[in-house]
Formats: sequence, C-alpha cells, structure tokens
Amino acid sequence: MHPTDFTLAGALAALNEGAISAEELTRAHVAAVEALNPKLNAFITTTSEKALDAARASDARRKRGEAGPLEGIPLAIKDLFCTEGVRTTAGSKILGNFIPPYESTVTAQLKRDGAVFLGKANLDEFAMGSSNLTSAYGGVLNPWQRKDDPSARLVPGGSSGGSAAAVAARMALGATGTDTGGSIRQPAAFCGITGIKPTYGRCSRFGIVAFASSLDQAGPFARTVEDCAILLRSMAGHDPKDSTSANQPVPDFAAACGRSVKGMRIGVPREYRLDGMPAEIEKLWRQGLDWLRDAGAEIVDISLPHTKYALPTYYIVAPAEASSNLARYDGVRFGLRVAEKDSDLRDLYERTRAEGFGAEVRRRIMIGTYVLSAGYYDAYYLKAQKIRALIASDFDAAWAKVDAIVTPATPSAAFAEGENADDPVKMYLNDVFTVTANLAGLPGLALPTGLDHQGLPLGLQVIGRAFDEETVFAVGAALERAADFKAMPAMRAGA
Amino acid sequence: MSLDTATVRRVAALARLRLEEQDVARVQGELNGILGWIEQLQAVNTDGVEPMAGGTPGGVAAMPMREDVVTDGGQAEAVLANAPDREGEYFGVPKVVE
Repeated sequence: MHPTDFTLAGALAALNEGAISAEELTRAHVAAVEALNPKLNAFITTTSEKALDAARASDARRKRGEAGPLEGIPLAIKDLFCTEGVRTTAGSKILGNFIPPYESTVTAQLKRDGAVFLGKANLDEFAMGSSNLTSAYGGVLNPWQRKDDPSARLVPGGSSGGSAAAVAARMALGATGTDTGGSIRQPAAFCGITGIKPTYGRCSRFGIVAFASSLDQAGPFARTVEDCAILLRSMAGHDPKDSTSANQPVPDFAAACGRSVKGMRIGVPREYRLDGMPAEIEKLWRQGLDWLRDAGAEIVDISLPHTKYALPTYYIVAPAEASSNLARYDGVRFGLRVAEKDSDLRDLYERTRAEGFGAEVRRRIMIGTYVLSAGYYDAYYLKAQKIRALIASDFDAAWAKVDAIVTPATPSAAFAEGENADDPVKMYLNDVFTVTANLAGLPGLALPTGLDHQGLPLGLQVIGRAFDEETVFAVGAALERAADFKAMPAMRAGA
Repeated sequence: MSLDTATVRRVAALARLRLEEQDVARVQGELNGILGWIEQLQAVNTDGVEPMAGGTPGGVAAMPMREDVVTDGGQAEAVLANAPDREGEYFGVPKVVE
C-alpha cells in the first residue's frame, strides 16, 4: 500500500505498530506535494524541510513513549491560520509578506498532539469565495475530472479549496479549514471528501485571520468521518484567548462514529427542496434517507420556514463584520504599504487597500460599510440580525422533533472555472444549504455519498444540535458505511 | 434602494478604498445587484424579535468573564517585526501634523 493511501486512523495504527515511521510517511507526502502542487496549486507555501524535521522529532518522541494522539500525521494548514515564523497570506496580496510572530491556538494544539505540517493551503482571499478563484495566488485545480470533458478546469470549491484538493489528491492525510458560510462543507463535497464545521465556539478563533467573527469556525477535512472526528478532538477546546470559545468538555468524537442510529429521528426540511434542483441531487438525498431508514432511523418531515432568507441575511451580516475586521489592513503596522512620494496618511490608506485587496474583498467591504453606515444600520444590519434570530429559532423548534437533519451539501457538483462568474449573486447561491448552520451556530458535516452523471462526487450534509457533534458523527458514519464511497479523483498521489 | 454614484464614492471613502473614476459605474452596478437581492428581507415580519448578536448558541450571556488584569505586553520587537516602515520603537507614517 502506498503511504499516501492510508486513512489517518490507519496511519496512526501503522505508526504504532512500527510498520512505518513518521519520516517515511511525511517523505511520501512531501513527494506527493512536490509532484502534484505545480498542477493543482493547492499550497501557497510548502514547508517540506520543516515537515521532515518535525517528522524526525515525532519519531523520537514515539521512541521515548511520548506519542501524542496525532503523532507523525502530515497535515495541510489553510493559509488563514497564523503559523509562527511561516508566512501567512490569507490568500491576499495585502498579507503577502506577513510572517506571524505567534501561532494560532488550533495549529498549536495540532502540533502539541504530534501533527506534522506540510505547508499552507490555498484559499479564496480572506476566505471570501466559493471557487478558490479569488485567491491572489491563483486558483486551485480540483483533482476530479468530468468523464466527457477531462480537460475542463474544475474548481475545488471554496474558500478552503486548497485544503480540500490536497486531501482528495492524497497530498495530506487531513487538513484544517474554516467555514463562515460553507467554506469547509462545499469544498469537501466538490472534492469527494469529508469535512465538518463544528458548533460555533467549539474551536478557538485565536490566530485565525478574521473574516466574519460571529460566523467563522475552524474545522477539519479528511477522507473519512472517523478521521475528521480524530482531528476535531485535537483542534477543539476552550481557549481564554477567544472569549467566544466555549468552556465545554471535548468528547471522544471518534467513539461516537460507532454509535447506532437506530431509533434516531432524522429531519428532512421541506424548504431545502429547491425549484429546479437537479434530479441527481434529489435522488442522492432520497437514497441517503433510505439508508438511514434501513439502519433503523425514523425519517421526519420538518419545516425551517425562514430558510429562503438565510443567504441574503448572510450577505448583510458577513460583509458588515468583514468591513470592520478588515479595517486593520492600513499599510501601517503590517502587510503591504502602497504610497506615492507625496501621499498623506489618508492617501496611503486608500492606495494600500485598493491595491492590496482583490475585487471580491473590495466589493464585500463596500457592502459592509454601506449597511453599517448612518441611516442604513437599522434597515439592513439590525433587520438581518433579527432574521438571523428567526432562522436560529426555526432550528430550535426542529430539535423538539428530530435529533439531526440531513440535506444535500451543495446544489450541484463542482463547476468549471469561468462558470458562475458573471454575477456575484449566482456564486453566492453555492452556499444555499450550508449557510443556515453558520447563522444558527450549529455543527454541520459534509460527506461524499455518490457521483453525478459526469463521475463527479456529490455530498450530503448532516446538521446537529449545538455541541452535539457526536450525533452528527454517528449519522455521518452510518451514511458513510451505507454509501461505501470508493471512487477516487483522476489526479492523486500514487495514481 | 439603489445607490447613486455619489453614494458609491462616499462609501468607498468611508471604507478607505481608492476608487478610480472609470470604475465607479461598474462598482455601482455590482453593489446595486447585491443590494437589490438583499431587499427581499424587508418583506419579513420581525416585530418584537430580539436581534441575534454574535454566534454563540445561548447568546452573548453565555460568554465567560475573566479578571481584568494585564496578561500580555512588552513585546515591541514582535509587534514591529512586520512593519512596512519603522523608526526605533515606532511605526513610520507620512507626516500628519504640518
């Protein structure tokens, strides 16, 4: 077996048995990154030497009997997580030379548990996008190809497109992502892998470049539900440096993957049956519900009446918070500075920000600035916060009837570069099934359960109660066992 | 609600984004497209609804307080390490006061 084909759990077992060393495992992944990254552009920065050093240190720890729960596991880190001494760009030109003097809490915990970092994964600029095409460092190629048109350049989804492509192409055993409106679940679905956005507050946001603070949440990508559960346990936990991080015990998520779904009530929200939804998505959804029924779950029709307002609500709340968060990029304290010889301070700000930010980021800053400006705050921002409360209470009502909710992850399979590009709103519709979980703060997991007529992966989403990721993992694992998804992308290590 | 070109210029100025004259019409069209789509929210009845601020399930009240003490500081070199222009222990900026 090629070392890049291990699951994360399988690699941990092989490392424990001494069947492979961390150095061998990392070397195989470094080779995969070097071979595939020139084509896929999944990494903005690779740290192969550091990774090999870390792997050797990991082997030494294991020898001393000090192996952590992720000892020797090579990961890709979304380039939104600050990594001490390693350039962190957020996919933006404005942070092109930024070397953080500190480590994010999530990556510090992964390191604490023995993980090895292969490099910084590509993403949409400041995590704003659904295609990875807004990255200042170029788009990422989805490793999957259309049966009828293998030369079409498919996007990996976004914003965590590099993380998802790296895991799908077997350049890494797992990866970190962040999800503000669907940025873990949509790329997971597009790349045929698994990803979870946990409950808001489950993972610390300290050291993650901020986009929309009340929505941003870190989570893992991997090729199995169990592997995601293993990673999340290391990433999660209370952090005094993030006042919104929850002081809740972190359960053994992997143990929950083995729980039976017998007797569970699974909700099917009628508002997620969109007009014009492709028949294959509808079929995928029905199939998933049949599998859960066969496993002993009860399928229950539910209503989430404010669903159709979720995306426009998101496109007020997220840009408003982004315009505030991104005010810090001023060309003075860190990052890019653009000034003319006779520039005053204001001209320096304006030139730096106009040149440093890409078109989508500028657009969202403008929208956010407008909806927060005097005279419009109540009509837009306050109104959106009220509708957000209604969306959250829709879910509260649903939890009286069901234990988890199952929906499609995305309204389509991966699209090609250039498609959906003519109209920003069309691109935003990619997140129609995922954005509600962000607004309500709930955990959502995406996993591949089938292929479309072009041989591209399609995913389902499992949404759960706040801080009940265990049920989400149990339902996800049941779907995974039934789907037995074995298809692999055309471009991958060892192929 | 549709933005005129003067409002587009004003918003760009508030956001400290330099906007070239030839780009105003394009940006105006994009922003109005998004705002037109958002407009559907006005149809939702939100009478008596408490706005949801923050993403914490259970609300902001669930967030912890810590003691009001200094926990960090005295790291001028780390803070200045990424400065595009520095003079000693200060950030360099264009002259502000004539």
